[in-house]
Amino acid sequence: MTDNTNDLTIPVTQNDHIQGSITAPLVVVEYGDFECSYCGQAYTIVKKIQKELGDDMCLVFRSFPLSQAHPHAQHAAQAAEIADGQGKFWEYHDVLFEHQRSLDDPSLVRHATDLGLDGAAFKTDLQKAAFKDKVQESFMGGVASGVNGTPSFFVNGSRYDGDWQYEPFLEYLNSLR
Amino acid sequence: MVKLSDFKGKNVVIAFYPADWSAVCGDQLTLYSELLPAFEELNAVLIGISVDSAFCHQAFRENRNYQMELLADFQPKGEVARQYGVYREADGFTERALFVIDAAGIITWSYLSPIDVNPGANHILEALKEIEGEKKND
Repeated sequence: MTDNTNDLTIPVTQNDHIQGSITAPLVVVEYGDFECSYCGQAYTIVKKIQKELGDDMCLVFRSFPLSQAHPHAQHAAQAAEIADGQGKFWEYHDVLFEHQRSLDDPSLVRHATDLGLDGAAFKTDLQKAAFKDKVQESFMGGVASGVNGTPSFFVNGSRYDGDWQYEPFLEYLNSLR
Repeated sequence: MVKLSDFKGKNVVIAFYPADWSAVCGDQLTLYSELLPAFEELNAVLIGISVDSAFCHQAFRENRNYQMELLADFQPKGEVARQYGVYREADGFTERALFVIDAAGIITWSYLSPIDVNPGANHILEALKEIEGEKKND
């Protein structure tokens, strides 16, 4: 029988992109799309919330590119994985959300070199779609958990359907502390 | 005019949604359009349906690059939704409701979502897997 809950089916592990400790009282998993303007808004809100909650919150980012709606989202997600391979996932994640209007392939490589990453290797990996399967796995894992659009948040394993603007989201998180 | 019998041999997912252009419906259909290959793998077609007119649907589909068919339950308004028990008489639009119908035409799973909550696709996929899994066990 199909049950109608929306819980994270892929548990958070050290293989995820993590800020904070996965044993923190609040583990927030965001499924996001680098080209989605709502994710761009959420990016600044989540940063503010992280500052407020400090070590009590762990943030996990998983890619969920909606390629038909956002033509650059798939490559941007793969690029973030390449940046991860070169040790700078979060820095690159931040740059993409701060430059959502420049996500074409040359810009993706430029953002990487600006961060001091190896541009030539980055370009090669991007061209051969080195992390296509990993991004697809992240996407389908999100679908299975009930991701219904971007951004989607899961708090301590359950989908958060409330408002993710700063005050209501912070209030909700505080209520679980 | 589209009939269920047009899809004989296929599983059909019917997604009733309140209105083209609304924020939640847009997100929901964006996800479904992205997942059409996954539905296809489970021998299913997905159809969206609302009380908007065919011209409205056409503009919406083109604007959002949706790949699936959107049906207009427009004249008589809400007639199909009424047959499925998901028409909101007071509002003049349909519930946000999902139906999974197997190849024999039997509704095997349905879900009435809170009107402002996008129900996602996970349970649709689970219901389709259940149908396909049972077929293999026959």
